[in-house]
Amino acid sequence: MSLLLATLVAWLFTMGTYLLLQRTLTRIVLGLGLLSHGAVLLLQTVGGRAGDPAIVDSDGGVDGIAAPLPQALALTAIVISFGATSFLLAMAYRSWLGTSDDQVQDDLEDRRIAAEVADLEGHYDRDRVDEFDPEVPT
Amino acid sequence: MSLVVLPIIIPILGAGATLVVSRSVRLQRSVGFLVLLATLGASIALLVEVEANGIATIDLGGWPAPIGITLVADLAATMFLVISMAVILLVHVYSIGQRCDLDGPAIFHPVYLVLAAGVGMSFLTGDFFNLFVAFEVMLLASYVLITLGAGRERVRAGMTYVVINLLASTMLLAAVGLVYGATGTVNMADLVTKFEALPESSRIGFGVLLLAVFAIKSAIFPFFFWLPDSYPTAPISVTAVFAGLLTKVGIYTMIRTTTILDLDEVQPLLLAAAGVTMVIGVIGAVAQADIKRILSFHIISQVGYMLMGLAIYTVAGLAGAVLYVVHQIPVKTALFLVGGLVEETTGTAALHRLGGLIRRAPVIAALFAIPALGVAGLPPFSGFLAKLSVVQAGLAAEEYAVVAASLFASLLTLFSMSKIWVGVFWGEPDEPTPVLADPDGGTLRPPRLMVWATVGMCALTLIVPVFGMQVYDLSERAAVQLLDRAGYAEAVLP
Repeated sequence: MSLLLATLVAWLFTMGTYLLLQRTLTRIVLGLGLLSHGAVLLLQTVGGRAGDPAIVDSDGGVDGIAAPLPQALALTAIVISFGATSFLLAMAYRSWLGTSDDQVQDDLEDRRIAAEVADLEGHYDRDRVDEFDPEVPT
Repeated sequence: MSLVVLPIIIPILGAGATLVVSRSVRLQRSVGFLVLLATLGASIALLVEVEANGIATIDLGGWPAPIGITLVADLAATMFLVISMAVILLVHVYSIGQRCDLDGPAIFHPVYLVLAAGVGMSFLTGDFFNLFVAFEVMLLASYVLITLGAGRERVRAGMTYVVINLLASTMLLAAVGLVYGATGTVNMADLVTKFEALPESSRIGFGVLLLAVFAIKSAIFPFFFWLPDSYPTAPISVTAVFAGLLTKVGIYTMIRTTTILDLDEVQPLLLAAAGVTMVIGVIGAVAQADIKRILSFHIISQVGYMLMGLAIYTVAGLAGAVLYVVHQIPVKTALFLVGGLVEETTGTAALHRLGGLIRRAPVIAALFAIPALGVAGLPPFSGFLAKLSVVQAGLAAEEYAVVAASLFASLLTLFSMSKIWVGVFWGEPDEPTPVLADPDGGTLRPPRLMVWATVGMCALTLIVPVFGMQVYDLSERAAVQLLDRAGYAEAVLP
């Protein structure tokens, strides 16, 4: 069971990382969601064998119980990642309202300096720097 | 009640109070100011106590140390706490002068106080999971502040910041989970002994994972790219407080992790990262043509020096790192505050549109000179002592390559500071802003409250040079305390 959970954690991290590297904001949000699920599941997995309860027996025995601390940690982490994801979604919506586009925008100042460097190296002529379009990937 | 909880609980309760009075900005401002003043007072009291009686701790909820949440205040943590709270207080005054609390709904003051609580909690926490929570408190507040008003440009730049920090937080959570799986505890003092029972390879593995997370937060090469992209777009008082504090909180956690896990094996890696961070950061700064962007790249470069002190990993090196953080927090904030004064009076921070401000606004020029010479490390200003102690520690440890890199970076720092000076204060602007183009305009006067807050911040930067010996002695004692892992464990565990 632990092996299955460990594989699942690895799978969630892989998918999350892949989605995070996309240029579309909704995919980035989904990717971060998957990553935090992976981390929470990891916390659960380190807590002990799957299926064991995190409470002491009625006669006070402590054999065969899961560690309760990771469950408390996981609960805290879930609340935090819920808040962060909602904020991120609100930002993605704002970004969509501003640009009617779901893509991550380039940093204009950074692009301008890159264009100046290219200009110094003779790849651009001066006029093109002014009409440099940040929307087109270079 | 123990003093240790006060720097966290006062700003949290204050944040609630400012929400209650959110109908009146005037009331919010005074409540916020008084709360931050009380927090600073509590932090100073804590420093005095820790200085006299050694490490102070408290077990929250009465649960004894390795089980419950423990707050630990040692000398290094409280020194950073006091200087951070002083900076937060002065920037609060500045932000009132700049009126950035009138922008949008009345959330600036509550969120700003939550940020203060998060910073305090990050310094005082005694376990790694609580450190994750403290980071989240601090970062969620910073997400709101960096996108304040939610204009198009701020959302764009804020997106990079939020995504990269959420990724780092998730990695921290996973690392904490793995550490718990291996040792059965997340308490730092308990980990001191628990890690000794682990094989060396897993100790180093966990250490590097944690250090990588904190390196993202402190913008160390190769994880620095998000910082100059996102910082310059926020309101200047927000950028100033971020620049002063957030990366230094990251450095503090790196110092803490390295000493708790006794990671002297990764020293060569950290040294290389420190050298490259210094040089790359300052070269990035030289290429920029906007005050805020130049200063943002300087944050990266200066973080390299603190990492260098840590990577040398001797008493002298750590003392240098602690002193460097104490010097850098007010100096960096002061530079951004002056940049904000320039932007407020002229309407721009682009060098080619500025010029001749030494005639039009001599006060701003004088206020720029003090932190600029401080960051460049010219005697007698504050950077000199900090740089000297780091470099001397490097020479004593015979790490000549990184010392050479640090001296080279210092030279370029001076060069880019003079680039700002020449561009903003001397000469004539190429494309003047309307204010500067007016030929018979008189002296420019920025809002008085902003000027006084900046004056206060510049005065704060002079603490290191004026009380040089005392501050260095305190840093050295903090370094000895940091390296005494057994003493730390003994103070925290019952």
